[in-house]
Amino acid sequence: MTPLLSVDGITKRYGSHIGCADVSFDLYPGEVMGIVGESGSGKSTLLNCMAGHLAPDAGQVVFDTRADGPRDTVTMSEPERRMLSRTDWAFVHQHARDGLRMGVSAGGNVGERLMAVGERNYGDIRDKAVDWLGRVEIAADRVDDRPTTFSGGMQQRLQIARNLVTGPRLVFMDEPTGGLDVSVQARLLDLVRGLVRDMGLSAIIVTHDLAVVRLLADRLMVMKSGHVVETGLTDQVLDDPQHAYSQLLVSSVLQV
Amino acid sequence: MTDHAYNFAYLDEQTKRMIRRAILKGLAVPGYQVPFASREMPMPYGWGTGGVQVSAAVMTMDDTFKVIDQGADDTTNAVSIRSFFQRTAGVKTTTKTADASVIQTRHRIPEEALTEGQILVYQVPIPEPLRFLEPRESETRKMHSLEEYGLMHVKLYEDIARHGHIATSYAYPVRVEGRYVMDPSPIPKFDNPKLGDMAAIQLFGAGREQRIYALPPYTNVVSLDFEDHPFEASKANHACGMCGAEHSYLDEVIVDDAGGRMFVCSDTDFCESRQQAGHMGKDAA
Ligand SMILES: Nc1ncnc2c1ncn2[C@@H]1O[C@H](COP(=O)(O)OP(=O)(O)O)[C@@H](O)[C@H]1O
Ligand SMILES: [Mg+2]
Repeated sequence: MTPLLSVDGITKRYGSHIGCADVSFDLYPGEVMGIVGESGSGKSTLLNCMAGHLAPDAGQVVFDTRADGPRDTVTMSEPERRMLSRTDWAFVHQHARDGLRMGVSAGGNVGERLMAVGERNYGDIRDKAVDWLGRVEIAADRVDDRPTTFSGGMQQRLQIARNLVTGPRLVFMDEPTGGLDVSVQARLLDLVRGLVRDMGLSAIIVTHDLAVVRLLADRLMVMKSGHVVETGLTDQVLDDPQHAYSQLLVSSVLQV
Repeated sequence: MTDHAYNFAYLDEQTKRMIRRAILKGLAVPGYQVPFASREMPMPYGWGTGGVQVSAAVMTMDDTFKVIDQGADDTTNAVSIRSFFQRTAGVKTTTKTADASVIQTRHRIPEEALTEGQILVYQVPIPEPLRFLEPRESETRKMHSLEEYGLMHVKLYEDIARHGHIATSYAYPVRVEGRYVMDPSPIPKFDNPKLGDMAAIQLFGAGREQRIYALPPYTNVVSLDFEDHPFEASKANHACGMCGAEHSYLDEVIVDDAGGRMFVCSDTDFCESRQQAGHMGKDAA
């Protein structure tokens, strides 16, 4: 089977400082990969390199495109990459306001990607927006309200709806539950798990919260100081960590 | 008489050449916003300094100049721009659309069809149609270059969601030759259909924002819309009270202290010509 995403030797420096170094892995269709590590370990840097938000200094990010099969997204043209970003890829930011248009209604937020790929029927766009609000448990009568009137959890669910409406195949998430109350986190995780399963999504989820990956990820990568120190099946890594740093990470969580 | 303290049409020749280059580039790439080094003009920005610089750059001694503001030749803004060019270029001026070779306008396209050889110069306050939803200039520039115009429809979507129909009635966005999305300046959307296939050259100047863009004659211009909410060039559903015109853009004016109102053509030259030709509306004395 062809990997959906094949990352090879991704390195990103900030001046002389290492953001992430020589990261390689394959992600297969339908798989959810978790990236864990303490703050500053390079998770977001890696994610942003994969999603085309940052240009890596070295390495390849090969995505299995619908039209042309595997293509290196680092070297493809910017228009092609931006097209992927609004069709086959989704990016869920930690802070919903970074991923939403706060001055635009919930329906407009969800509809934007549809309009971006050429949908021109208002009624259809609105129907799809309402349908997607329902799928992320936002009442249809909020469709014309702005996200500024939503709670943090609702904003995050709206951001997810806005991203998934075009049926992407790969979802990047950076600390999707960060900053939310614990009860709200649990509900969001449940929702994401349901969507991933129902849509057969592949996802890469960055988090410092091991409970998140325990619930969502099939496989884990543990990062420290920009390097991957351990990879494996989620249960394996969490229950029987091999690397000293992973052991520390797991045990410190267990103590909390 | 010409005031000889100035070069012809106020701007020095070097500056005019720079502006003409921007205009030519704009004509070569219809709808594309060309940056230019806007000069200080002896009037405030809100008075159409972009349009004035474009007019100055295209004007020759043989030109006949007309200025309209909201369709009228006699507003303070129109009068002062007209007298500015009378003073600095000594060109003939007119209020007759058909007699003018260069027409500078704010907020309207004349009712009378323009012809080949005429130049219509628009004063533009905000040239960037995407600015409403995307304040970052770097991002809007990228959107134009990559033809990422979904955001324009988000604006129209929001209109319909809020008002039940596309409520944008001025500065209604258009797509030029299937390529660039353009702000036609704050003309009423009633005027939008005249933008396309026009025989005259259309030039747009934004002074504060330092942008020039253009539509060469007979350019394809389409107003954005949705399949189920098609563009409509709406106007007040009345005939002109003075000249009886049924298909001209109308202003509603208060005519007496008792709150009496009437609708009259916003294009004063059009209205007066019709009255002189014997047309009469229901409110004509
Ligand atoms: N824009 C930047 N400029 C300089 N250094 C940065 C920048 N972004 C991140 N870093 C540094 O790179 C390292 C990795 O950061 P980051 O990828 O944000 O980690 P994480 O997401 O795991 O918290 C950290 O040492 C961080 O300080
Ligand atoms: Mg981070």
